[in-house]
Amino acid sequence: MARLKSFADLERTKKRILSQRDPSKPCVTICSGTGCHAYGCEKVSQAFVDEVERNGLQGKVDVRRTGCHGFCERGPLVVIFPEEICYLRVKPEDVPEIVSKTLVEKKLVERLLYVDPVTGDRIVHEGEIPFYKHQSRIVFGNNRLIDPKSIEDYISLGGYSALAKALSEMSPEDVLETVKRANLRGRGGGGFPAGTKWETTRNAPGEVKYVIVNADEGDPGAYMDRSLLEGNPHSVLEGLIIGAYAIGSHEGYVYVRQEYPLAVENLSLAMNQAREYGLLGANILGSGFDFDVKVHRGAGAFVSGESSALMTALEGRVGEPRPKYVHTAVSGIRERPSSLNNVETWANVPMIINRGADWFSAIGTEGSKGTKIFSLVGKVNNTGLVEVPMGMTLREIINNIGGGIRQGKKFKAVQTGGPSGGCIPESLLDLPVDFDELTRVGSMMGSGGMIVMDEDTCMVDVARYFLNFLADESCGKCVPCREGIRQMLNILNRICEGKGEPGDIELLEELSEVVRDASLCALGGTAPNPVLSTIRYFRDEYKAHIEQKRCPAGVCKELIAYYIQPERCQACLICLRECPVGAITGSKNLVHVIDQDKCTKCGTCFEVCPPRFGAVVKLSGEPVPAAPPPGTEVVRRKGRGKGAQK
Amino acid sequence: MTQELSKIAQVVDKHEADESALIQMLLDIQRENRWLPKPALMWISQRIGVPINQIYQIATFYKAFSLIPQGRHSVSVCTGTACHVRGAPRLLDRVMDALNIRPGETSPDQKFTLSTVNCLGCCALGPVVVIDGEYHSNPPAKEFEESIATLD
Repeated sequence: MARLKSFADLERTKKRILSQRDPSKPCVTICSGTGCHAYGCEKVSQAFVDEVERNGLQGKVDVRRTGCHGFCERGPLVVIFPEEICYLRVKPEDVPEIVSKTLVEKKLVERLLYVDPVTGDRIVHEGEIPFYKHQSRIVFGNNRLIDPKSIEDYISLGGYSALAKALSEMSPEDVLETVKRANLRGRGGGGFPAGTKWETTRNAPGEVKYVIVNADEGDPGAYMDRSLLEGNPHSVLEGLIIGAYAIGSHEGYVYVRQEYPLAVENLSLAMNQAREYGLLGANILGSGFDFDVKVHRGAGAFVSGESSALMTALEGRVGEPRPKYVHTAVSGIRERPSSLNNVETWANVPMIINRGADWFSAIGTEGSKGTKIFSLVGKVNNTGLVEVPMGMTLREIINNIGGGIRQGKKFKAVQTGGPSGGCIPESLLDLPVDFDELTRVGSMMGSGGMIVMDEDTCMVDVARYFLNFLADESCGKCVPCREGIRQMLNILNRICEGKGEPGDIELLEELSEVVRDASLCALGGTAPNPVLSTIRYFRDEYKAHIEQKRCPAGVCKELIAYYIQPERCQACLICLRECPVGAITGSKNLVHVIDQDKCTKCGTCFEVCPPRFGAVVKLSGEPVPAAPPPGTEVVRRKGRGKGAQK
Repeated sequence: MTQELSKIAQVVDKHEADESALIQMLLDIQRENRWLPKPALMWISQRIGVPINQIYQIATFYKAFSLIPQGRHSVSVCTGTACHVRGAPRLLDRVMDALNIRPGETSPDQKFTLSTVNCLGCCALGPVVVIDGEYHSNPPAKEFEESIATLD
């Protein structure tokens, strides 16, 4: 490929690519995101390649491995264009049938289609599946159309046209003004206006300035940045180059976790392709603007996602934060002005340039514009990545897109913002999701994790979980964070072990205040959120643990006991065989009994007891009834399997 | 050791012995070697002129590095939030029982290293355990034991 030397060259390349492509030619796209990889999508892809060849369809059908489509719950996902036929949970064995039926005979393979759980109708097209129908996939939507390893795919969809527009028609000030007017706020957590940050860096003294992509996505339960970098790396690069142009920077970094090898691979490939095309390097598109970028792999430290810590790590030193009396936008890498934005923020930039600030700011709420990608996970039916306009309510996201709670259980809370965020109860489900509203209720946007919790989730345990994570990840540089979090964790551990004392809740609140106000960086500053929000909305659960030594959700091991109800036990021997410590006695026809002294409370018996018997129960806050005398025979139930309930 | 050192020299040269690429060098060595032997760190220290204590500071700060040899097979249990609420603690208990080691430990026969990780990005499968790159969705004790039984 010859370097593109002008804006016209880019346009000609796009036309050439499009002229070589027949939009009516069938194209099988296979989602190859992380979730689908775990399901084994690579075998499905290979099966398509082999089967297409076996049927003599080479050249007549394209097979494309794309980035993440988002509907991880039903992977591996296969979408066949141009009809947009969507097949779910496709196995390699299904491939011959799909090829012969759908590609050759143009018929549907009904059993692989989505079945609407309410109406029972089969849905053919991807966009009509409720999970997708309620989304606005403006940033994430191209993932499913392109092969992330192909710059031609990206250019064919108008890729790099925003860069060409910025370089040819706009001054750096125009670009800055557009991003400011669009009110693009940082998608990484704090929600700081990107345009303002860029302006600070632009105006800061010093010739050398840096732009940085923060892809150190460390929130447990969030993976949208990874899916963007893996699935559409050019969109992030294009945004970064445009930002660099606005700021007057000629050097950039992408800080990406080494735990994301596919993201590193696809990004590095994208950078090489962009260099070959003259979209990175000296004299980009003949404009006279020079810019290049380096990839830096992060070695695994949550705190390194903090801006000053990340920049220290980029210098090759330990990624610890520093006091930010002077912002990194003014004094960042090597004490030079540095603008850092999250992956999703950068990926929004090309659209804003192409379609204008007014278009962007028409989406969303008063204070939060555009869309946000969330990873909707936990106890929800449709786990996956979802992109919605700011301002959609939690209820709409969880019910309409997420399909409600798994196994018909009752909703308890949704956790947003990762370890810096909080738990939001059912009474606030109609909250419109944006930066300010989430902060107002004691949580935060964070990078976009949205973990749904049901009645079986213990909120004290969730608070303990996050503090355990944060105690582990605190770098230890400042005392309030290092010691404060540890002491709070000790208290929470005690409460969960049934050793809570009156006054513990108040002590937690008091410590929270100190940790929040006195910590050096945002890790400590926001660490109390999971505790404070659960105390605020679920104080009764804390009280049950402390006063009655009871875990209402039946999670905290030290506060529960497993018990087999003699009248329900059908002596099926399943739990007896599965118990890893041999704590269950009984035999055929004899009621099974758990030896409470031997029981390690692993929950295996509870999980394996057939739901139609439902004999094993969790008890908390009440004594375990005395075991029936040895040799008690089971009461056989009539019509076994019909009337019995769990 | 000479052979190992020549590999390390290659890594250092790839990064042009640049001090700011120290973390990148250590990552490359960790991936190649599965741990960071002391002689290697000493050699790098001299070669790029960074004090050994600074290198140790990095090697102990980040999770990706290990200062002791790792087992032949890696077992990682995801303890991200989504996996946690879906029962990761119970899965971790089962895995610890089966391997007889705790997270961060390597079995005495150098066969397994157990670790916990924060989110693998496949929350739909949660809770998840990854054995040498193969994902297993909430395997019961017996199924887990079967999947490690064939490993040497």
